[in-house]
Amino acid sequence: MVQAQNIGFKVGDRYLVSGVNATFAPGQLHLIIGANGAGKSTLVKLLSRLLTPADGRVLYDEQDVARATERDLARRRAVLSQAIEVAFPLSVREVVMMGRYPHFGTRPTVHDVEIVNEVMRFFEVTGMAERSYPTLSGGEKQRVNFARVLAQVWRPVAGHHRVLFLDEPLTFLDIRHQIDFMKKVRETVRAGDMVVIGVVHDLNLAARFADRLLLLSEGRVLAEGTSADVLTPMNIRAAFGIEPIVTTAPGGGTHLIFD
Amino acid sequence: MKASRTTGLLLALTALMIATVLASIRFGAIDFPLHQMWSSTRAVLAGRTPDTLDGRIFTELRLPRAILCVFVGASLGVGGTLMQALFRNPIVEPGLVGTSSGAAFGASLYFVLGTVLHVEQAAWTLPAAACAGGILSTWMVFALAESGGDRRASIVMLLLTGLAVNALFLSGIGFLSYIARDPQARSIVFWNLGTLSGATWRSVAIVGAVTTLGTLASLVYAKQLNALMIGEEEATYLGVNVRRLKWIVLAINVAIVAVATAFTGVISFVGLIVPHILRMLRGADNRFLIIASAIFGGTLLSLADLIARVALRPAELPIGIVTSVVGVPVFLSLLRRRQYVF
Repeated sequence: MVQAQNIGFKVGDRYLVSGVNATFAPGQLHLIIGANGAGKSTLVKLLSRLLTPADGRVLYDEQDVARATERDLARRRAVLSQAIEVAFPLSVREVVMMGRYPHFGTRPTVHDVEIVNEVMRFFEVTGMAERSYPTLSGGEKQRVNFARVLAQVWRPVAGHHRVLFLDEPLTFLDIRHQIDFMKKVRETVRAGDMVVIGVVHDLNLAARFADRLLLLSEGRVLAEGTSADVLTPMNIRAAFGIEPIVTTAPGGGTHLIFD
Repeated sequence: MKASRTTGLLLALTALMIATVLASIRFGAIDFPLHQMWSSTRAVLAGRTPDTLDGRIFTELRLPRAILCVFVGASLGVGGTLMQALFRNPIVEPGLVGTSSGAAFGASLYFVLGTVLHVEQAAWTLPAAACAGGILSTWMVFALAESGGDRRASIVMLLLTGLAVNALFLSGIGFLSYIARDPQARSIVFWNLGTLSGATWRSVAIVGAVTTLGTLASLVYAKQLNALMIGEEEATYLGVNVRRLKWIVLAINVAIVAVATAFTGVISFVGLIVPHILRMLRGADNRFLIIASAIFGGTLLSLADLIARVALRPAELPIGIVTSVVGVPVFLSLLRRRQYVF
């Protein structure tokens, strides 16, 4: 379980995130939504300990994450960020193997190689294992990076929940790859012992895939709950300044139409 | 399977290095026949001074020069690999970002002022002065090139700032050479263009020790440098303390490059070409690149030194001219590749 206790973060005198209280349970897909500049990415960076909160604290399994060592944290917490560019000819296999770096010393063990092979099969990138990363298309790069990030937390960690962050992972994907990607994420969540927290822009994708939504506005939590609770005309108007028509998707969930 | 291919390549590179060094010992202003090379080397190993003039040229000039050349080349190659991984950019090089000219300035300042101020001459004083100069100039380039918001120095800013800082330190060296009275100061040409003609067994020992230690130390950080290639944030998420890594690697790099420069002057482009060629052979894994660039850097500089000595025999070219003739086209072709422009 991941908990934010009254966390805040400021640059100069301006708070980018303030007074955020939230609990993220394992086995559910938590998606954070909000307008540009609402503090979504900052919140993810605070929860993943890339940034240290100015106020409050972040707990993983009831323990203050500030006290974890870098290596221990890296063995159970992984973060997928937006498009990653590399200027050097690294093979796809080596990029995926980087996910295992926190787990081995100088050389990967048989176990690490096994995990890399499994993850590459899961993301259907086995065929490009020996290709050079910079030559891949945007969508292929994103799949390889998701494979790398999952390789990092592929196996359960004794005594801890694993934590996976997805910071706007859909940015450079076309619609088919977006849906494929979200399905893979949902499969991952089913493992049950993993806390999965993501940031997405597309509200309908969020409504379709999220178990819980967290709506941010100006660095504060505006609403939290299921998509039916959060995606109300009033909330959307307050957070995005646009009027939605709320309907029901063919499958049964909430669907938004914008004029 | 992959590990054995890497090992094979490293063995091939080592064989190439040995062959180049043997050629570099054999040929020069005077060519030494193989039997004489052998008997003189045996004399050195036994601690005797050869009695013939040729023998003494061999053991006191040719041999230390060839070995110094290998260590200096290794330090420039490893320095290039470290800088490129650290700044995530394949066109960074110790000569371009000011490290070499700063080190040369520190060393020449020591030569000129040390005599005037009667500074005690110990084995560590010259390398320390060169390191101080190298740290100062490298820090200046990166502090000036890092523009406000974006923490990563853009490559255009880096190159232009490097150009300016290089010009500043080279003119400083020019001034020192100009005011210096003869014996204490080396010539401007020495510092600007680089030469290995001053090689002694003492310089071999100092450069050899620093380069070997620096290379071994960098290997400890090879895996973390790999992680850094995909980005600072990503490396942090993989458990790397990026701030600490940057300082350590920059320190190693400045130490090995500055100490080598203190004894040879500025030799450009080796640190650029060596990692570039090796990446084409075997990809960008730093665990391979660091070892290979030490071996191949030594090879390439030995070859350049051999060319410098035999091209205009019995006269000698500054080695920096040879490395620039080869290095500039490689540098320009790198600049023209879109993927390398940030």
